[in-house]
Amino acid sequence: MSRYDLIQHVRGESYFVDDFISPEGTLYASIFFSPKAHGKIKSLNIDEAKISNGIKAIFTSADIPGENQIGGIIPDEELLVNDEVNYIGQPIAIVVAETPLLAKQARDKIKIDISELPVITDPRESFKKGNLIIPPQIFSLGDVDNAWKNCDLIVSGKAETSGQEHLYLETQSALAFPTEGGGIKIYSSTQGPTVVQRTVAKVLGISMNKVEVDTLRLGGGFGGKEDQANAWAAMAALASFKLKKPVKLVLSRQEDIKLTGKRHPYSSDYKIGLDKNGKIIAYEVAFYQNAGASADLSPAILDRTLFHSTNSYYIPNVKATGYCCKTNLPPNTAFRGFGGPQAMFVIETAIYKAAEKMGIDPLIIQEKNLLNEGDEFPYGQKIKNSNLRRCWNELDEKYHLARIKNSIEDYNKANKFLKKGIAVMPVCFGISFTNTFMNQASALVHIYSDGSIGITTAAIEMGQGINEKLRKVAANIFSIDINKIKIEASNTTRIANASPTAASSSADLNGKALEIACHSLRDRLTSSIRQDLKIENNIAVHIKDEIVYIIDKPTKLKWEDIIKSAFMKRVNLSSQSQYATPEISFNKKISKGYPFAYYSMGTSIIEITLDCLRGIYKIDSVKVVHDFGKTLDKIIDKGQAEGAIVQGLGWMTIEDIVYNDQGKLLTDSLSTYKIPDINFSPDNIDINFLENSVNPMGIFNSKAIGEPPLIYGIGVYFALMNAMKAFRPKKIFNISAPLTPEKILLSLYSNYTDHLTSING
Amino acid sequence: MFAYINIKFLKLFSIRLTILLDTSKSKTYFSAVINRDKVETKIDFICNQSLVSISINPATSTLDFIRKNLNLTGTKEGCHEGDCGACTVLVGELIGEEITYKTINSCLVPIASLQGKHLVTIEGLNNSTLTPIQNSFVKEGGSQCGFCTPGFIVSLTGSLLNKKENYSEMIESIDGNICRCTGYSSIKNSIKNIESNLHKTLNVDDNYLRTLVENNFLPEYFLEIPKRLKKIIDIKPSSTTISSEKAYLIAGGTDIFLQKENEILEAGLNFIEHDQQQKIWEDNNYIFVKAYTTVNEIQDSLIFKKYFPEINSYFNIFGSHQIRNKATLGGNIVNASPIGDMTVFFLSLNPTIRLKNGKSFREILLKNFFKSYKTLNKEKDEILDLLYFPIPSKNSYTNFEKVSRRKHLDIASVNTAVHLVKENKFINNISVSAGGVAPYPLLLIKTSDFLIGNEINCKTILEAVKIAQTEIAPISDVRGSKEYKSLLLRQLLFAHFLKLFPEQINEEELYEQI
Repeated sequence: MSRYDLIQHVRGESYFVDDFISPEGTLYASIFFSPKAHGKIKSLNIDEAKISNGIKAIFTSADIPGENQIGGIIPDEELLVNDEVNYIGQPIAIVVAETPLLAKQARDKIKIDISELPVITDPRESFKKGNLIIPPQIFSLGDVDNAWKNCDLIVSGKAETSGQEHLYLETQSALAFPTEGGGIKIYSSTQGPTVVQRTVAKVLGISMNKVEVDTLRLGGGFGGKEDQANAWAAMAALASFKLKKPVKLVLSRQEDIKLTGKRHPYSSDYKIGLDKNGKIIAYEVAFYQNAGASADLSPAILDRTLFHSTNSYYIPNVKATGYCCKTNLPPNTAFRGFGGPQAMFVIETAIYKAAEKMGIDPLIIQEKNLLNEGDEFPYGQKIKNSNLRRCWNELDEKYHLARIKNSIEDYNKANKFLKKGIAVMPVCFGISFTNTFMNQASALVHIYSDGSIGITTAAIEMGQGINEKLRKVAANIFSIDINKIKIEASNTTRIANASPTAASSSADLNGKALEIACHSLRDRLTSSIRQDLKIENNIAVHIKDEIVYIIDKPTKLKWEDIIKSAFMKRVNLSSQSQYATPEISFNKKISKGYPFAYYSMGTSIIEITLDCLRGIYKIDSVKVVHDFGKTLDKIIDKGQAEGAIVQGLGWMTIEDIVYNDQGKLLTDSLSTYKIPDINFSPDNIDINFLENSVNPMGIFNSKAIGEPPLIYGIGVYFALMNAMKAFRPKKIFNISAPLTPEKILLSLYSNYTDHLTSING
Repeated sequence: MFAYINIKFLKLFSIRLTILLDTSKSKTYFSAVINRDKVETKIDFICNQSLVSISINPATSTLDFIRKNLNLTGTKEGCHEGDCGACTVLVGELIGEEITYKTINSCLVPIASLQGKHLVTIEGLNNSTLTPIQNSFVKEGGSQCGFCTPGFIVSLTGSLLNKKENYSEMIESIDGNICRCTGYSSIKNSIKNIESNLHKTLNVDDNYLRTLVENNFLPEYFLEIPKRLKKIIDIKPSSTTISSEKAYLIAGGTDIFLQKENEILEAGLNFIEHDQQQKIWEDNNYIFVKAYTTVNEIQDSLIFKKYFPEINSYFNIFGSHQIRNKATLGGNIVNASPIGDMTVFFLSLNPTIRLKNGKSFREILLKNFFKSYKTLNKEKDEILDLLYFPIPSKNSYTNFEKVSRRKHLDIASVNTAVHLVKENKFINNISVSAGGVAPYPLLLIKTSDFLIGNEINCKTILEAVKIAQTEIAPISDVRGSKEYKSLLLRQLLFAHFLKLFPEQINEEELYEQI
């Protein structure tokens, strides 16, 4: 059994940041944050907090030795607010005490007076006021304005999706301690150790080589620790740097939900034009992205929204505009899919509405417009090696769409208050960081003198199985027992200038870098063997199952022997390598180029049963044919697909982020924000791997899998709409996502609420 | 297994700590005295294999104690409100000769409640090789990031310790465990794998604990625990608090600990005295339930199963398995939450409650217990002791309906119960209760009065729901708008009758009318 990480997990022996044995004298930090969504700080009174039991220090923006700035893409985010607060939960002061409880008690004694300013939570209102973080972004193909006249049917409308809390089970956490020479070391629960390092160096006003960031593993990330682990690491580092003591900062669940950003809510306007056969001729869409109070990763996320505005379809005339709208909410951030799912929801809504108007099944339009090999996306890239139609056809052959639809019709005829619904949801998701320079990674491999191997990359294990995949890559290249290979914690002193573990690409990038390092070590070992056995270069030497073969004959030489010999001969048994994705490029000025190394794709069928009496539902099944390329590990890839799908289902149904108009989060705990549990998740998630798919751009022909399957979850929205329609055939429903039981029941019985309003005046 | 004695002394936790490790050959003794100005309680319990004897603030959360004092970090904090299950532990209690293990959320349990008990964390389940449960999770990929995993392993081990070995019983045991990574498919596969292995190995008739040990589900030291617990079981916790005036009285504590942890740490606590022997009984045409009976005990009681065959389907959506193991009937009633599931269920049975004040008793009907939001018809020193109601007659029907955003481990938007006696097609007697539509759990008196004597049909029900609307005053909050709650109650009233008397309600007619 090779999964040593899982063996540790099931025994409770895996360490997360809060589990490390803290150094002697560790202090604990708690964050004082803004209670108001917008205003100027008139006064901050820490007199009482300063003398609170066990208190060690209170730090505000005035105590920052370097820059009070943590914005990555745009420098628009203070670590600690100096003057103007912009959302509830914005950090103002760091309180350090002997225990976490004493720190919180002292924090609660801080008093603040804020002169309030108007609060904006709605992106369209922000747009009207001109509060855009970056100028509008436009992608276009063909000529939309002239295409409408060629359409037989034009449908327009509004589509909205809500935010989503990451709810990684391990909250944001960091443990910092001072190192000699004015440096700092941080154990951080981050997807991007380099970004933390850069941020901390900037805040402390020291060079990057004085900041060491170490990340062993995360208790889930999902994008929530790509950029938003920076602040907490920087605060722990600041306190530690000033006090010359170890400082730990672990957010409580309620703090984590309140203080950190989420998936971006979007409000969008669409207009779609089709010919009478259902062929889409033109599509125009405007995305109002609710970015929150500062840029964070919003501009990059908006880019991906635009890249995926047409999902899996070829549309000859497209104009997609994105607005990055500043509001008084915590800065929204990366979340599995990175703006792609929001865009795909809109095109699917447009198709659904067009089908409704035409009186046909949406899947007719979906199938008719599915991308074909060589079709062009609005940003100029043409799809290569497309398996979309293969996935669609195999799904249909395996499950017989027509048959499912018939049996649903029969069921719906036989049942008055129970209705079944179905939707088909295809996905085509581009793989690469859309910011081209980020598509690089490096690896460091040591072969120790006993033959065991230690590997470091910047890929962070957060449940996606990257460690196991990397072990498999190395074990395969060296042809040795996988148990000889250990993946080390990621650390900025071993791997520098790394991109975060994000964009589904960590296996591709780090795997390829690792492959290069392993190959160069293998070449050195082969030369060493040749030297030992005095074999000419033209005679084939290789290692198989830890035994040296000459031509195809086994020798007595084993892995341990050749390592020992190489070491004695002073052969370099360490290798460092770098990989950069070839071919890709993107010209931001004209929004055209070749941004993606390849595409991840597939199709799914989602079936649900809606209880129209109670407004509650059961997701019966999700059936998928997905192109995984040549999978590195079937259990891991299947687990990624299943987990992503259920997150997508949650986002579309029960996960409801609610802010009031004063920017206060009402769903700020697990008792009010509900994510899928074991009873919610469908019993039948059927994941089929598309056969015979290869992908030279991925490591060993594999394909990225982290994000794309989340999009299948969007299908549940349309399956529910389908069932609602079966219950009220004459009704037109316009409901934003998520489709909570409340929204469904109120929509099914809208006459009842009209009646209530009339009697209550 | 000597790893468990890795006790960390932090100056921050000013406690008097004595740890005795009792193994066959070695005895290790630590003691630390650190000053603190507050009164503490001395508590004795066994954690995994080690005897823990300690003076500490009795309200210290068990989770904090496990992680910070015992340095057992396999138990994780995911939410500190009993909503994720990452901190699940087992608590074994000796009743007579039998030891019973229950899973609980260690974040919601004060350390003092462990007096004389066996606390088991994930570390206490580890053997030199993986247990079959652990093995299944590894094999099926039932763990991804690993943070929630120990909680799942502990919950499932608890399921087997309670002889619940079917797939559906094991699923029920983890309805309080949240995983954000897997989407649960691989966890379901792990459980199927456990189940298929179980049937090959376990024989329920044998000494069950021994069988589990022999099949590697539990480490061997479990067999010695009952004997060891006997030595400490009679030690009563020393008096607890700074001021007993202010001290909180705790039954299960699953809600008050969530809301007032800091206040209880300051003010101290006392536990309601339990009599383990008699909690639910029948006598003289009445069913009696002691206030400290847990949800789980009611659900599992043969008496309730006899008179309310569907009880599992109602109670399984109250809180989570871990909460049901701890939360009490009395706590749910006295908490007076407008959507208390148990209160709404029992209200429809029109029970009487008995309040105890020192040695005197007072009885009132439950429906008269609630005055306004979180205000009770109860004197300060009165303690809810008992609830009783007439045994349901032969022609009686009961139903409970609850809708929440998520079906399990969620708080109701609206819940309602009905208990009625039918004669031919007519309602002889009926009580309908509803939660989430008023400041406290409500008995719909006018609606019930109207229904008495009427024939069960579509027309009657449509009339009844109109009357119900005049009795309620829902407010908009995070559980739903007032319009939704009002509509939902109507729908759930329909649901009662459609479920109980499908032959008397014409669905088509109902559909046309609404």
